[in-house]
Amino acid sequence: MRIDLEARQSRSLALDIGAPIIALIAAILLGGLVVWLMGKSPTRAFSVYFIEPLLEGWSLQELAVKASPLVMIAIGLSFCFRANLWNIGAEGQFVIGGLVGGWLAIATHDGAYQSAIGGWWILPAMLVLGTLAGAFYAMIPALLRVWLGVSEILTSLMLVYVAELILDYFARGPLRDPKGFNFPQSVTFDDVAHLPYLAEGDRLHAGVILALLAVLIAAFVFSRTLFGFEVRLVGEAPRAARFAGFSDSRLTIAVFAISGGLAGLAGICEVAGQIGQLQPTISPGYGFTAIIVAFLGRLSPFGILIAGLVLALTYIGGESAQVALKLPIDMTRTFQGLLLMCVLIADAATRYRIRFRLGALA
Amino acid sequence: MVDVQTTQGRPLLSLRGIVKRFGDFVANDQIDLDIHEGEAHALIGENGAGKSTLVKIIYGLLQPTEGTIAIAGERVRLSGPEDARSRGIGMVFQHFSLFDNLTVAENIALVLPRDQSLGGLRARIAEVAERYKMPLEPDREVWSLSAGERQRIEIARCLLQNPRLVILDEPTSVLAPQESYHLFETLDRLKAEGRSLLYISHKLDEVKRLCESATILRLGKKVGFCDPRKESARSLAALMVGTQISDVHGSSAQAAGPQRLIVDDLSIEAEEIHGVDLEHISLVVRGGEVFGIAGVAGNGQSELFAVLSGERTGTTAEAIRIDGAQIGDMDITGRRLLGAAFVPEERNGHAAAPDFSLTENVILSRHATAGVAPHGLVSFDRARALGQSIISLFDVRKAGADPAARTLSGGNLQKFVVGREILSEPKILVVNQPTWGVDAAACAAIRQALVDLAARGAAVLLISQDLDELFEICDRIAVIHDGRLSDALDARGATREEIGLLMTGTGHQTAAAHAH
Repeated sequence: MRIDLEARQSRSLALDIGAPIIALIAAILLGGLVVWLMGKSPTRAFSVYFIEPLLEGWSLQELAVKASPLVMIAIGLSFCFRANLWNIGAEGQFVIGGLVGGWLAIATHDGAYQSAIGGWWILPAMLVLGTLAGAFYAMIPALLRVWLGVSEILTSLMLVYVAELILDYFARGPLRDPKGFNFPQSVTFDDVAHLPYLAEGDRLHAGVILALLAVLIAAFVFSRTLFGFEVRLVGEAPRAARFAGFSDSRLTIAVFAISGGLAGLAGICEVAGQIGQLQPTISPGYGFTAIIVAFLGRLSPFGILIAGLVLALTYIGGESAQVALKLPIDMTRTFQGLLLMCVLIADAATRYRIRFRLGALA
Repeated sequence: MVDVQTTQGRPLLSLRGIVKRFGDFVANDQIDLDIHEGEAHALIGENGAGKSTLVKIIYGLLQPTEGTIAIAGERVRLSGPEDARSRGIGMVFQHFSLFDNLTVAENIALVLPRDQSLGGLRARIAEVAERYKMPLEPDREVWSLSAGERQRIEIARCLLQNPRLVILDEPTSVLAPQESYHLFETLDRLKAEGRSLLYISHKLDEVKRLCESATILRLGKKVGFCDPRKESARSLAALMVGTQISDVHGSSAQAAGPQRLIVDDLSIEAEEIHGVDLEHISLVVRGGEVFGIAGVAGNGQSELFAVLSGERTGTTAEAIRIDGAQIGDMDITGRRLLGAAFVPEERNGHAAAPDFSLTENVILSRHATAGVAPHGLVSFDRARALGQSIISLFDVRKAGADPAARTLSGGNLQKFVVGREILSEPKILVVNQPTWGVDAAACAAIRQALVDLAARGAAVLLISQDLDELFEICDRIAVIHDGRLSDALDARGATREEIGLLMTGTGHQTAAAHAH
C-alpha cells in the first residue's frame, strides 16, 4: 500500500478555522484514553482540566496570568515561523530576559541608587533590559545562521540549556540573598520593581496588558505594513522575496530579534509580576508550550490569543488534577505533546489530501 | 475548414460529447476527438482553451462531467493514470518530475512495477535508447543533464510501458532547437511503429511538421479540425485566437540613443554548485534599442539575470552602469529607484508569489517605485488601483476580483508581470524568457509592449532561447555560451546559421580574445 499526499487546489476558510478545533477535540479524546488506561475516570478528568478552572474568579485570573507569557512568546514566534525560520529556543530567551531584568531589581534592592531620582524608573528599565537581553540572546542563533549557515533549529534549542544553567548559577551564586539561610533564591523585589496588580487577589498583573498589546501590534504589522508583507513573502516564496529586494539576512535578524525580545519581555514580566524574585527555575516550559500555541493559533495574532488561553487551561487543570485525581504533572506535558501532534496533522490535512492506494507502485 | 479523415477504420481513442464543469465554469464543452492507429494528432489552442483539462481526462486524472471515452471501440471509464497506462495511454509532462540526485535508471525504476531489477532495467533502457535514437546513460545523475536529456528520461519512462498512444504536453518548450530536432526524429520513429501521438503545442510550425490532423480548441469548445500540413501557421493561429494576429511592428531603424546600460568586463563565479561562471561579459544597450541575448538554456542566462537585476551583488561597482551611475554593488531596490525594471524567467515563485493576490503581487516589485508603501505602510487601495490599470492595459484575464497569482493561466500571469514592470515606465528593462509557455496572442502582446517601450527611449535587454522572437524584435543579438558572451551582431544582417554556430560554442574564440 502507498500513501500519497496530494496538494489541495484550494483551501476553504471553514477548513482553516475548523482544523485546529478538530485537532483540539482529537487531543482531548486521546488524552482521555490515556487517563482511562491509567485507571482514572476520563469524564472526571475532563471536568477537572477544562471545566472547573473556568467556574471561579481566582482561576480565571490565573488563566490570564498563565496565558500572557504564552501569548507574548507565541506572537514573537509567529514572526519567525511565518518566515520559515525555526526559533525553538524561546525558553532560553525567556530565562535570560528574566535574569537580566531581575538583576536590576536586585541591584536596586532596598533603595539602592534611588536616593537622587526615586524608584519610578526601575520597573520600566527592567522591562527594557529583559526585552533587550532576550533579543541579544536570540542573536546568537540568528547570526550563526546568517554568517555560517548553521541550522537555527539546533543552536536555538541547545542554547535553552545554556540559559537555564546560567540562571541556576546566578540564583545559587552571585545573586543569592545573603540573608536567605542559603536557600537558592534572590531577595524579594521591592514594590517599585514589581508589576502592578490589576485586580483584587494579587494575581492579575500588568503583564496581561502587554500581551494584549503585542497581539494588536502584531495584527497591525502583518496586515498593514511592508515589513509584515516581507515576512509573509519570505515564508511563502523566498525567490520572489529576493526579487522584491528583501534581504534574507536582514529579515532573519529582525524576526529573531522580535521573537527573542518578546520572549525576554515575557520572562521579565513573569519574574517581576508572578514570582517577585529570582529562582533557579522560573518557567514551567512556557517557551516550548508557546510553540504549540503559535501553531494552534495558525500563526495569526488573534488565533494565538485564543490558543494561549486554551494551553493556559491545561497548566491550571494539570495542577488541580494532581490534587483531585492524583494524576502526575507529566500528564499535562503528555497532553500538550498530543495536542501539538494533532495540530500538525490537522495542518497537513488542510493543505494536502491523503490518499491510500492499494497495490504496488504504479 | 477542410474536413480531412486521414486514417480509415475504427479509432484507437474516441471521445464523444466530453463536458467538464468546475462549478459554474465549463472547461470543456461538448468535445469530440478521434485518434487513429499511427496518427499524430495535434491539440492546439491558447492557454485557458481547455487543452490541459481534456488531456487530464484522457489520462484519467480527471473524470468528465458528461460524455464518453472509447478505447479501441470499447467504452471505458478511466479511474486514474494507472488505469489509463494499463490501457496503453502514456503521457510525457511539460514539467519534469525527476529526482536530481538519483540516476537515470533509478528515476525510471521509481515509476515501474517493483519486480524490476535495476540490472535488467539497464538493458531495457539501453534497448529503448537504441531503438528510438535517444542517447541515455543509465548511471548519470539527473542534475548533470540538460533539459533535453531529462525529457528523454520522461519519454523512456513512458515507452517502457509500451503505450499505444503517447500524449506530449508542450514537449519543445524547454528544448534548444537542436534538441527539438532530435525529439522529432524520436517521434517519427514512434509513428512509424504504429503508435499514435497526441501532441499539444503552441508552436504551429512544429504541428505542421509532425501532425496530420489537428483539433483546435477555443474557450473550452472545439472550433476546428483540419490537416495542419495544408494550413499556414498564420491561418492556424487565427483559428486558435479567433482573430487575425497582428504582426509585431518593429521599431524602424533606431537613431542610436545614449548608452543606457553598460556591462564592462563582468566576471563572477557561480553561486550554486551546478551553476555557470560568468566570464568577461561586456555589452552596451542604447536607449531605443532591443538587445537580444540568445543561447541554449543553462549557459549562464539565469546567472547573468541575477547579476544584472541585483538579486545577486558581488561584482565591482563599475562592472555595471545605468545611465552613467555605477551600480554593480547596488541591490535590486536601488537599481529600481534609478529607473531599471526586471522580469525574471520563472513566473510562479520568482516574478510572482503564487499564493498571494494580484494586488499583493503589485506590491512585490513596486513597493519602492509606485508609492504603494509610503513610510513602510502598505496602501492596498493604491496597489489595487495600479493592479487594475495593469489588468486593463494588458488585457489580463482572471477569475474573481483579486485572485491568487497561481490561478491565472501562464500567458495571463506573464502579461501581468510584464505589464507591472512596463507601467513603471523604466529606462532600462531586463527580461528573461518573457514568452516561455505563453500562447500566441499573449506572446504578440508582450513583444509589442517591449518594442513600444524601446521606441519611447528605453534600453531593453531580452534574454531568450526563442530565435524567432529574437529576430522578430531585436536590433542586435549576442550569444551566450558557457558563461561567455559573443560580440553583438546586427539582427538584420545576421543569419540563423551564424547564431546557431555561436550557440553551440564554435564561434567563440574571437569573442573571448576580444574580451581580454
